[in-house]
Amino acid sequence: MGRFVARRLLQMIPVFLGTTALIFFMVHLLPGDPLAALWGDKAPDPVQLAALRHQQHFDEPLIQQYLDYMGGLFTGDFGKALDGRPVLDKITEALPVTVQLALLAFGFEIVLGIGIGLFAGLRRGKVFDKSALVFTLLLISIPVPVLGFLFQTIFGINLKWVKPTVQDSTDITQLVLPAIVLGSLSLAYVARLTRTSIAENIKADYVRTAVAKGLPRRRVIGTHLLRNSLIPVVTFLGTDLGALMGGAIVTEGIFNVQGVGHALYQAINMKEGATVSGFVAFLVIVYLAAGLIVDLLYAVLDPRIRYA
Amino acid sequence: MPDLTKTAEETPAQAPVAAAAKPEKARSLGSDAWHDLRRKPIFVISALLILLLIVIAVAPGLFTSVDPRAGDLREHFHTPPNYSHFFEGDWFGYDGQGRSIYARVIYGARASVVVGICVTVGTTILGGIFGMLAGYFGGWIDTIISRVTDIFFGIPLLLGSLVILNAFTSRTIWSVVFALITLGWTQMTRVMRGSVITVKQADFVTAAKALGAGTGRIMFKHILPNAIAPVIVVATISLGGYIALEATLSFLGIGLQDPTISWGIDINSAQKLIRTAPFALFFPAGMLSITVLAFIMLGDAVRDALDPKLR
Repeated sequence: MGRFVARRLLQMIPVFLGTTALIFFMVHLLPGDPLAALWGDKAPDPVQLAALRHQQHFDEPLIQQYLDYMGGLFTGDFGKALDGRPVLDKITEALPVTVQLALLAFGFEIVLGIGIGLFAGLRRGKVFDKSALVFTLLLISIPVPVLGFLFQTIFGINLKWVKPTVQDSTDITQLVLPAIVLGSLSLAYVARLTRTSIAENIKADYVRTAVAKGLPRRRVIGTHLLRNSLIPVVTFLGTDLGALMGGAIVTEGIFNVQGVGHALYQAINMKEGATVSGFVAFLVIVYLAAGLIVDLLYAVLDPRIRYA
Repeated sequence: MPDLTKTAEETPAQAPVAAAAKPEKARSLGSDAWHDLRRKPIFVISALLILLLIVIAVAPGLFTSVDPRAGDLREHFHTPPNYSHFFEGDWFGYDGQGRSIYARVIYGARASVVVGICVTVGTTILGGIFGMLAGYFGGWIDTIISRVTDIFFGIPLLLGSLVILNAFTSRTIWSVVFALITLGWTQMTRVMRGSVITVKQADFVTAAKALGAGTGRIMFKHILPNAIAPVIVVATISLGGYIALEATLSFLGIGLQDPTISWGIDINSAQKLIRTAPFALFFPAGMLSITVLAFIMLGDAVRDALDPKLR
């Protein structure tokens, strides 16, 4: 196990360096000038532009900027927003809300997704299975902004079960509806993956053996079938936790949740390029770290990976 | 000699048909899949929907004579729909700037369809080439391509597109296509690479090699036709996803911009008046969902037809 963890950590290093370098070059080498973009269609004032360039260190040689940026990432410095505040301040301010929201959505999609997938896979071809397929197909097809407004209109405005927008982002009960919207797309994928995996494994020899030795049904399904079938699901969940934190941008915008996504949404609307890239760099690191953690869990589920 | 090569080429394609042991004449995997698909109602419905969408995208003028950019604030500010006026300007009502929602929904199809198809074709070609090279040659070529793929794969599509599109001062359909292809090719590379590695070990490839076929011939005549099925499946399914992503980016205000007409932009501008004029949100959102649904249903049907394991 120790060797597996060490190797996985070593593999992370080139990916981390490459991904962060890629973000850096996307920000600095693409044709547009994020600072000139602040003036919109008007011609930028050269004196102000030069001052801004100096403030954002855009006037230094590219390699120097890259080293500063990398040094910043390791010391937790994600650059400065245009109002002079460090981007990290904005991130830490909004992070707890987004973590709550993402975990809530994550829990929702795991419990409901695996549940639906399990029952559909066990009753393949029956009514429940067919309606689960139609239901997940609908969830996959409705884009997140549409689903957000749909739920907001139905549950917030028409039925009045919850407030249409979140009033207090630290109150976790108000985050339930946004979390359902956030987790619904992944819920559909989790349900479909679990279903296929269960339906495939239920014919496997080890399941037949378990049944033949007289194990109770609960134990055959819970210990033998489910544990083996969850491997592809866990792979998906690994990339998903990170994606949820980034994907929260639409949901947080619609429901007025004061999280990382909301701050990012505002930075886009204010055309604050430096803030946007700082946030994205941070979220990509979270995404990679979440992938790593779930990868390690993966080894717990499947001994073949541990000893390979 | 040419006969021998031909047999080698067709053997794996005929295998599933032979296994089914039908008395009819042997069909290739492609025509077998087509035979299956035509009988599926889901495929027929989604294919007809997509055909209609493509016609709308190519010639929106056939469906409405109203200018989607002409706004009349005096007369039509958020006039509710008049459902009996089929195909007329006020059929779906007017938006906040007095523009016909029906005309905008019709003209908005083009952006979605163009982005979806271009991104899918672009990522398939790029990913197909890289995946083929990595899978066929292996060794250091594979190592380099796989590591670069890992790096690009580490960036979530939505977040990466934000950074790329942020750099463009004025964005057109092509900047969105560029951003999505730049970040989207990795999945296709992985699928193609895996598929090529499996096919490479088949006997007919060894046979072709023994007969003296060149690298190019083996790659394109022997491996490609047999390795392409999973790529086609992933491509069809992701097409719907790219359309949804374009709408999401435009909704966030970082995708397409006025004067380009996009359902995402219209959803964004309608959200402020969700209580007084829900219809302004409903129609572009509905069209968008139907479009994505049609492509995903098509992808599902194609997967069932091309994947013999599921039969």
